[in-house]
Amino acid sequence: MDISRIIEITNTALEVEFELDPKKLVPEAHIRDDLGLDSLDIVDMVIVLEKAFQIKLTNKKELSTLFTLGDIYGFLETIRDSNIDQE
Amino acid sequence: MHNVVITGVGAISVLGTDHESIAHALYNASCGIIADETRRSNGFRSVLTGAIPNFDASLHLNRKQRKSMPEFAQQAYVALMQAISQAQLPEELIKSEDCGIIFSNDSTAASAFALAEEKRLQGENTSLGSGHIFKIMNSTVSMNIGAMLGVKGASWTVSSACSGGLLAVSQAVDAIRLGRQNVMLCGGAQELGPEGVCAFDGLSAFSVNLDPKTASRPFDKLRDGLVPSGGAAALVLESEEHAKKRGAHILGRILGTGYSADGQDLVVPSHQGIALAMKRALKDAHLQAKDITEINAHATSTIVGDISEAINIYSVFGDACPKVMTLKSLTGHEFWMSGASQLVYATLMAQRGFTAGTPTFSEGDEHTKNLPVLQKTLSQAPKRMLCNAAGFGGSNACVIVGYHE
Repeated sequence: MDISRIIEITNTALEVEFELDPKKLVPEAHIRDDLGLDSLDIVDMVIVLEKAFQIKLTNKKELSTLFTLGDIYGFLETIRDSNIDQE
Repeated sequence: MHNVVITGVGAISVLGTDHESIAHALYNASCGIIADETRRSNGFRSVLTGAIPNFDASLHLNRKQRKSMPEFAQQAYVALMQAISQAQLPEELIKSEDCGIIFSNDSTAASAFALAEEKRLQGENTSLGSGHIFKIMNSTVSMNIGAMLGVKGASWTVSSACSGGLLAVSQAVDAIRLGRQNVMLCGGAQELGPEGVCAFDGLSAFSVNLDPKTASRPFDKLRDGLVPSGGAAALVLESEEHAKKRGAHILGRILGTGYSADGQDLVVPSHQGIALAMKRALKDAHLQAKDITEINAHATSTIVGDISEAINIYSVFGDACPKVMTLKSLTGHEFWMSGASQLVYATLMAQRGFTAGTPTFSEGDEHTKNLPVLQKTLSQAPKRMLCNAAGFGGSNACVIVGYHE
């Protein structure tokens, strides 16, 4: 799975779950400040990403270091080889 | 002590989802009960249920807001927004410490069923998502709506089975009377799905009448049980001076409240319990029984419950009983919502100058035959109405409201 596919899946999952404007889904968008997600939303964000990518994320310590969409794309890219099903 | 007035009402009901549709159904005695055959395959003894027409919460609440609210809480929000709109309450007043919220709710079973299924599927708690915890709590209505509207005063839920709707209103009244709040948002909500009432159906308490339009027949000799129903009802209450100062239109006045407990049985109402609540409400209102012009009875259409209420009413009013409204003939039993909804329905009638009749009543049994049950809709508004509610455990409530006084 290449990075463009990771971005596409991530954006679609977040757009549907949080009724976000797709125009706001840019790599520099801050999850809390720009997209308006709160602590409860972030619990659900992890779950929708787990479902979208068929991986387990809840125990990953790196989650606390993700602040922007770009951080999320990068994080998912780093674990793709070990976790994400190859297409 | 401050006088308390009603300045707004709203409901999402089996009679309709706005003031006009509900008033139209009340005036025309249009029943909101259906036969839902899926209940039979779902193990139900009775297929009867109230049904809410055309409610779409997504028109009012976004996905995130709905995530933490069961459907009845969403209905409570919309009902409350109707009441707030009618009262023309400014947003800054709702968000101030002068405003509180108290709602009645006593179950959220469908949410618990959904959580149990999700837990079975997911196993790990971290995969359950954020919404369940806020949906499975009895305080889900006051919790969600209070936070959403920014209420800074009282914020809690009353759980007392089917007396809860009136007791939530009564607590709101007390908060205003004592000067602790100037404005109170109050009411009751009741889940409508099969999960919340399946165990109740198991007690054989529901009607099995084949015609849903004649199944709920309070005080009638042919009644064979209640019909489960639900939705949400909401009121805006204010101190009279507060309402007048901001130029609000006063829809009615809370003249008195009373409560009591049977202290006797889980399900069988006593022959004295709700009479005490009525007497206390009369005393609180500085009224005598002869001053009451209408009784808005609890009257659920159960065989035993209606007999008990009739005996209680006789003991307070004797042979001079005013006309008796039995609105559950049209709605079914709205349980935790019912007392509040009866006040909302009566207020809508008062605004439009009529009192709804009970077409399913034809003749009482030996205990109810002398009750002057109002059969046909009257072109006359309720004036000084006493409203009853009674719940499991023998919890009783009574509120007296004055209209056009």
